[in-house]
Amino acid sequence: MNVELLSRLQFAFTIGFHYIFPPLTIGLGVLLVIMEGLYLKTKNKLYENLTRFWIKIFGLIFAIGVASGIVMEFQFGTNWANYARFVGDIFGSALAAEGIFAFFLESGFLAILVFGWNRVGPKMHFFSTIMVSFGSMFSAVWIVIANSWQQTPAGFHLVQEGSRVRAELTDFWVAIFNHSTVDRLIHVLGGAWLAGSFLVISVSAYYLLKKRHIEFAKASMKIGLAFAMFASLFQLFTGDQSGRMISVHQPAKLAALEGHYDSTKPAALHLFGWVNEKKERVEVGIAIPGLLSFLVHRNFSQPVIGLNDFPPSDRPPVNFVFQTFHIMVGIGVLLILLSLLGIIFWWRGTLWEKRWLLYIFVIAVLGPQISNELGWFSAEVGRQPWIVYGLMRTSEGMSAAVNVGQNIFSLVLFLIIYSLLFVLFIFLLDRKIKHGPEDIEDHGSTYEAQRHGLESLPIIRKGKKKK
Amino acid sequence: MEFTFDLNTIWFILIGILLSGYAILDGFDLGVGALHLLNKDDQDRRILINSIGPVWDGNEVWLITGGGALFAAFPDVYATVFSGFYEAFFLLLFVLIFRAVAIEFRSKRESRRWRRTWDFSFSISSIFIAFLAGVALGNIIQGIPISPNKEYLGDFWSLLNPYAILVGITAVALFMMHGSIYLTMKTEGDLHNRVREWVNNTIIFFSISYITLTMATLIYVPHMVKHFRDYPYFFFIALLNMLAIANIPREIQRGKDFRAFLSSSASILALITLVAIGIFPNFVLSNPNPQYSLDIYNAASSQRTLGIMLIIAIIGVPFVLAYTTSIYYIFRGKVKLDETSY
Repeated sequence: MNVELLSRLQFAFTIGFHYIFPPLTIGLGVLLVIMEGLYLKTKNKLYENLTRFWIKIFGLIFAIGVASGIVMEFQFGTNWANYARFVGDIFGSALAAEGIFAFFLESGFLAILVFGWNRVGPKMHFFSTIMVSFGSMFSAVWIVIANSWQQTPAGFHLVQEGSRVRAELTDFWVAIFNHSTVDRLIHVLGGAWLAGSFLVISVSAYYLLKKRHIEFAKASMKIGLAFAMFASLFQLFTGDQSGRMISVHQPAKLAALEGHYDSTKPAALHLFGWVNEKKERVEVGIAIPGLLSFLVHRNFSQPVIGLNDFPPSDRPPVNFVFQTFHIMVGIGVLLILLSLLGIIFWWRGTLWEKRWLLYIFVIAVLGPQISNELGWFSAEVGRQPWIVYGLMRTSEGMSAAVNVGQNIFSLVLFLIIYSLLFVLFIFLLDRKIKHGPEDIEDHGSTYEAQRHGLESLPIIRKGKKKK
Repeated sequence: MEFTFDLNTIWFILIGILLSGYAILDGFDLGVGALHLLNKDDQDRRILINSIGPVWDGNEVWLITGGGALFAAFPDVYATVFSGFYEAFFLLLFVLIFRAVAIEFRSKRESRRWRRTWDFSFSISSIFIAFLAGVALGNIIQGIPISPNKEYLGDFWSLLNPYAILVGITAVALFMMHGSIYLTMKTEGDLHNRVREWVNNTIIFFSISYITLTMATLIYVPHMVKHFRDYPYFFFIALLNMLAIANIPREIQRGKDFRAFLSSSASILALITLVAIGIFPNFVLSNPNPQYSLDIYNAASSQRTLGIMLIIAIIGVPFVLAYTTSIYYIFRGKVKLDETSY
């Protein structure tokens, strides 16, 4: 065990855990705007029900997203101090901008969303929903800008300062809109929209199977499906964009994604396979010859730069990147098919009887989650061995002041608290879902019942003997 | 002290403002947490939590943004302090998460044991956050050992020295006072009367800690008073601070709770200003070997970045202030529990 490995494990674990939540809030945020917009337009109480229920779910997800997000903001300093010194001029600015432009917006207006139903009018509430949705997407914008600069650095020059070198900004807009920012941003947003819509689809399918809250579930399902259809096709387009961008700016990564070694040959696209990194070829796979060449160059016979152009010390772990990438793509295709099936049956009017499809929908919530995580794994591991592509190696980025013992301490601490957090999250999410939406007409009485329940709580509890 | 009003100085001040914003805003909700267990009744505890319910995570954003701004403007300070105070920062993150979870989950179930456990976590973690923040500040004030390569040379235990602990206790006392004053605006009836007593007791607690800390600073950390000796008019800030604190019981007595809260906020701002004047132009004093100190020049980003960040701040901050004030305005007044409450 060394500090580099531990710091990488810790970063992967903490960001992997954190990334369960932001895509859900980004996706759900857009859906909330649609739901509340429909309510304001139609004045139909059903849509108010929808909005209120999904805001509660949103609040829970957001809370854990914030709690686990603070860690990310500080971890560059605690574990990657040399990296922080090297990139602070550029990378730090993006994080600061995220705080100013996104977090304040999101957290401020979320208060109105969750607690403000009785304090502001419906239009102000709707405005807050839009602001929260914007806030969550602005946050993605700045984080993707920061990360894309790591992938395809631009708009900077290197400055020697004593024994150290650091990257200094020369052109703000070039650094912000570096070669990969836009392509990666739209791909990240599409993935987040899928995460949100499949959460809605999953819960609605669950209610339909249980024959509870039928009207509510049908309305939720329709909105979720329509958005999922759009988002999943959008991902096909953004994925292609990202692929072509990588082929130009991160050729080693693209070659690793497909296990392509020989630069003199056209490249195949694999449906699946297993890369033998020693023999430098893909084994036991099914491949469509020339398809990668076509996707990159729009020409089946043109060669694609392969891993043989890079010394082994400059190659990422090929099979890992290959597998994560292919599972992501596979799930993406499945999500398109699922959305399409749902839409077709909805159009035919038979969706509500297709129990087998509803069962698949219930578990399909995991699909976008897994592919979002794996997509980031292939993007970040595919960048290796660089922490800033071509400029700084990951092994040069760690904190000099941190030793193995300290790193084990922090890693174990976070393994414990995140496991606890995850269990609690699932437990409460499950309770909220099982409890289901409130009926708006009953609001006064549920409020009274709650109050009554609380005031008489000690008396009820006295009957039960403590262990 | 050579004072040039350049971008580096502006960013020193801006970071100070962000941290003051954090201390004033999250300060009161940490204080509410620290006082939480003084209530035995579940309904009263819910009122306390809901008094900070809509605003606490917005308040924490000041800390996140402060961290981001430090990273952007003074990357070496960010890197040295965060990697140097490694265990302390992870403990801080740990309690920050724990506290967020406690607030969020406490009222989700009616089981008494569930609620007691989270009440306890909420309160202890609030105290701990205030204390750790104070300890970190105490070490910054005293100076820490730094190598020529800008790396921290001490360990976790050397952070827990008596002076830093004293700053930690003062921070807890300050936030308890600030939190209890905030609660006077949010509570009514019987609870309100009890809260008024808390205000009196916490003012005494804070005053004792603050006076002790001031004496300790004069005796053990004399470099902090150099600028006050050279530029005596800075002493007015110390005086203003005392007046602000003295004004609190007066306003509480007259039932002007909001003005008492403003007084206490002013006192926090004055305290941070005093510290900032004391350490300027250093961010982190190296002790021993002051030549290795991280100051606003040798730890800063390029002038271009500082300039661009300033433009970002000028565009963003008015928005932040606008919606922060509107949120507080929308949720003004006494806490009333309803179906959306925690």
